[in-house]
Amino acid sequence: MVASDRKYTKDHEWVLAEGESATVGVTEYAAHELGDVVFLELPEVGTVVAQGEAVGTIETVKSVEDLFSPVGGEVIAVNEAVLDAPETVNQDPLEAGWLFKVRIEDRSEMDELLSADDYDALIGG
Amino acid sequence: MPYTPHTAEDIREMLDVLGLATVDDLFRSLPAAVRPPAGLDLPSSLSEEEVWRVMSNLAALNAGQDELASFLGGGVYDAAIPAAVDAVVSRSEFLTAYTPYQPEVSQGTLQVIYEWQTFVTRLTGLPVANASMYDGSTALVEGVRMALGRTGRDAVVLPAALNPRHRRVLETNLASEGVTILTAPIGAAGTTDPAALRALLDGRAGAVVIQNPNHLGLIEPVDALAAAARDAGALVVASVNPVSLSLLKTPAEYGAAVATGEAQPFGVPCGWGGPLLGFLSCSDELKRLIPGRVVGRTVDHDGREGYVLTLQTREQHIRREKATSNICSNQGLNMARGTVYLALLGTEGLRELGAANRVRCEALRAILRGIDGVQLPFAGPVFNEFVVRLPRPAREFRAFAREQGILAGIPLDGFAGCGAGDLLVAVTERRTADEIERYGSALRDFLEQ
Amino acid sequence: MSHERQGATPARWGADLQTSLFAKGRAGRRATTMPAWRGDDVDTALPAGALRAAPADLPSLSEPEVLRHYTLLSNLNHHIERGLYPLGSCTMKYNPRLNEKVAALSGFASLHPEQDEADLQGLLCALKLLQDALCEITGFAACSLQPAAGAHGEYLGMQVIRARHLDRGENGRTEVLIPDSAHGTNPASVVLTGMKPRTLKSGPDGRLDLDALRAAVGPQTAGIMITNPNTLGLFESDIVEVARIVHAAGGLLYMDGANLNAILGKAKPALMGFDVVHLNLHKTFSTPHGGGGPGAGPICVTQELARFLPAPVIREDAGVYRLDACAGECRPSVHAYMGNTGVCLRALTYILRLGGDGLTRVSERAVLNANYLRKRLEGLLTVEHAEGTLHEFIATGADWKEKFGVRTLDIAKRMLDYGIHAPTIYFPLIVDEAIMVEPTETESKETLDRFVDVVAAIRAEAERDPDLLRTAPHTTPVSRLDEAAAARRPDLSWLGPCNCG
Repeated sequence: MVASDRKYTKDHEWVLAEGESATVGVTEYAAHELGDVVFLELPEVGTVVAQGEAVGTIETVKSVEDLFSPVGGEVIAVNEAVLDAPETVNQDPLEAGWLFKVRIEDRSEMDELLSADDYDALIGG
Repeated sequence: MPYTPHTAEDIREMLDVLGLATVDDLFRSLPAAVRPPAGLDLPSSLSEEEVWRVMSNLAALNAGQDELASFLGGGVYDAAIPAAVDAVVSRSEFLTAYTPYQPEVSQGTLQVIYEWQTFVTRLTGLPVANASMYDGSTALVEGVRMALGRTGRDAVVLPAALNPRHRRVLETNLASEGVTILTAPIGAAGTTDPAALRALLDGRAGAVVIQNPNHLGLIEPVDALAAAARDAGALVVASVNPVSLSLLKTPAEYGAAVATGEAQPFGVPCGWGGPLLGFLSCSDELKRLIPGRVVGRTVDHDGREGYVLTLQTREQHIRREKATSNICSNQGLNMARGTVYLALLGTEGLRELGAANRVRCEALRAILRGIDGVQLPFAGPVFNEFVVRLPRPAREFRAFAREQGILAGIPLDGFAGCGAGDLLVAVTERRTADEIERYGSALRDFLEQ
Repeated sequence: MSHERQGATPARWGADLQTSLFAKGRAGRRATTMPAWRGDDVDTALPAGALRAAPADLPSLSEPEVLRHYTLLSNLNHHIERGLYPLGSCTMKYNPRLNEKVAALSGFASLHPEQDEADLQGLLCALKLLQDALCEITGFAACSLQPAAGAHGEYLGMQVIRARHLDRGENGRTEVLIPDSAHGTNPASVVLTGMKPRTLKSGPDGRLDLDALRAAVGPQTAGIMITNPNTLGLFESDIVEVARIVHAAGGLLYMDGANLNAILGKAKPALMGFDVVHLNLHKTFSTPHGGGGPGAGPICVTQELARFLPAPVIREDAGVYRLDACAGECRPSVHAYMGNTGVCLRALTYILRLGGDGLTRVSERAVLNANYLRKRLEGLLTVEHAEGTLHEFIATGADWKEKFGVRTLDIAKRMLDYGIHAPTIYFPLIVDEAIMVEPTETESKETLDRFVDVVAAIRAEAERDPDLLRTAPHTTPVSRLDEAAAARRPDLSWLGPCNCG
């Protein structure tokens, strides 16, 4: 069962809304399927992104996947610690392995995301 | 038949296992329309001795730099190759191995690449290098692509005194990518004019190429050029003769983001210009944009040190259409030549190599200065190559000198404001005092006839 | 310099890993000395501002130390003269020593690229012979030897196709169709010439799907890139119809010649309807791979496209060869000079040695070896698209994964313990757990039989003790390396002893 305190996307990202800020990371399922994460490219703080926009990449030894912003708004923080230690994404994808935070512009975008139950069904959980 | 072990019995037994009558049955999926009715119209198989005779006779029709005193350069130089270099690279272990995709059985190749990368970083001063490129021209193309990729800009400034062969390759590559090429002019001194470069930089250019020494052999005002680039937010991509780095300021010292060049003089035969040995190194910020193979040091399952191909996600086999380069090989064996060569030289040997080039170059310049009617048109410092201006067409002198066993240089007519009398002359450590004397005598004789 | 006493420990022969070159030697030692200068003293001073602050810091070793270092390193490599190297798509055939002897001849190796034609008559004759032979083999009219590698040939080929469309004012032709089984270089080469790749899905039999092709072509089509036989080892038997469809739409056909070793003397790219082909001299024509290069990737083209090839062009008139600079024409250039000439000379040597009859037999025996091996592996490995494979075939380790919980990677690593280089794995991307095997014609029946025995032995091991495979290899100089650590914190040049552990 996936964590119920947050929302999900079909691209296997999670979004945790706290006030006007949305924290984004990849799911445990994604972290496992990807294998050893070796490098991340994250958006710069201050960038304004649209919902669904590709904002960075996540790399393993032999793959590169795009990272998308699940909601639109200004990027207000990125996790510098995972840039230095990408293995954190594998070890603790839901907490220490968060990737970036966006200031939510449009609350309704949160409603379009998958619930924990929907995501659980998506990954056949 | 040469090189295959099959006997008639082998073939019979193998076909029996397959349940086929003839080998041609294996080719049933080929439609008749694509099959040549009469096979290949080529001569029949020859014995090794016969082939050797044909090829060595063809070789004997050529006259190369082992029998002629060569003063040719322009990017490829008649440099001495220690016998130990040939001995190492003729070992089957290096010669016939594939790309090191299975690192557990490729540590030899991998460690040699890592050593090459280390040598390149120590020559250029930049912290990252790859496993080599096809040649100096394609290394420069990739360097420019890296700088444009990093800056997100779409114009590059090339110096007027850039190697014209490199310029042609850049034009082919960059034109189809929609990159604008601007040219920084040279001043009266024969080097790129920093003020003119500044005037050219309008915020569009993401890369400024500095070739040092330039194609007239002259040492460029690298600090002033690099400062102009930096002030305009462009990255410097250096193209350097690595032999000159025995003495000259490193690309890192003048703030280049990328350093490229042709490392053929490090143990690779001239071979009519191929295969060569392009090198590429860059700053730490650009390391994830570096094209081609890169080897990294790591540990194995049991904690032993070892080497692997790394940063592979940059490469075409993973990124496919998103890749920024399509290179999927390196100049492996020539890179091994360069590595062994530098291992044989060491710090002291490299310094002496630079000095040996310098003294021979200046000795010839001193002789030429003493010949009436001959000019050295540019006063600035050079490394091992320079322009001499003759009162008569350089092509005629080249033909005259060739009759005396001398390859006199490369005519520059039409290049960067040069005229018919201008000749690019290179002097390497292979030239003797006698050959240098003979060059002077030949020129005197030519002018007196 | 202090001399710490370092403990000495015995090690199995060949198992002692190499100390870095950069930790060896001692200041003052030397191998190479420069020829003495016996002329007058001259002033060689350069302005201080032009000089590097400190000499480049290189190790200082004697010549015997250097030779020993690289000899020990060489012992850590697998290579063709040591054992089977069945890498699919790589054509790891024997590299004849005669090739090396020829290329090293001073009359070839010591030529400078700026010499006059009069000094190059033998070389130009040799290169013309090679161009003519490659044109005969492919059925084309013109050849450029300039590309230094297969991917480089693809790039030049795409430039030629683009130039031809632009020459006819067809600027909108920018899309190149590429089957999903293609090498990764194909789409990358297309993008770099300013065109766009479009993926074509393969049909259920692993070959091109004609309906998908018909639906994809149009006025935007610049061409199609096809590897034939394709990466599954299958001949595209509809190729003539494919060519008709693409040509009717105004596009051109590019053949990736990576698998030419299957069809020498049996089929010609020009007869298939292609317009351009690149050849890998380091695959089909026996030049050594050198641990990653240098190879050569010449391209051959139709008469119509000849004028878009790089200059200079070698011309012959009554036995005299000259280099035609093609002044006034706009031709591409992808290399400073005329490409990897030394590699071309090796390939010519091979072609002369084999002759037309021998080359045809190369393909017959390469295809016979691959088919024999495929047949003998039945029951041990599942072969995908087995019907009609030529010089290579794709097996899959998918059922091993299911039955024994071992992956293709584990099988490959265990092969190393048996002294065999692993086949190509996880390519093509369209086959799950792919194992791509290409034995080449230079391997004997006994060697192929042993490969079958090895696979059988590994299968028995997988059944009995899958961990033996998962932790393989066990007898190589190093075990599996931590690639994730290497990529996370890249250590790309020697700064000191390893702190990566």
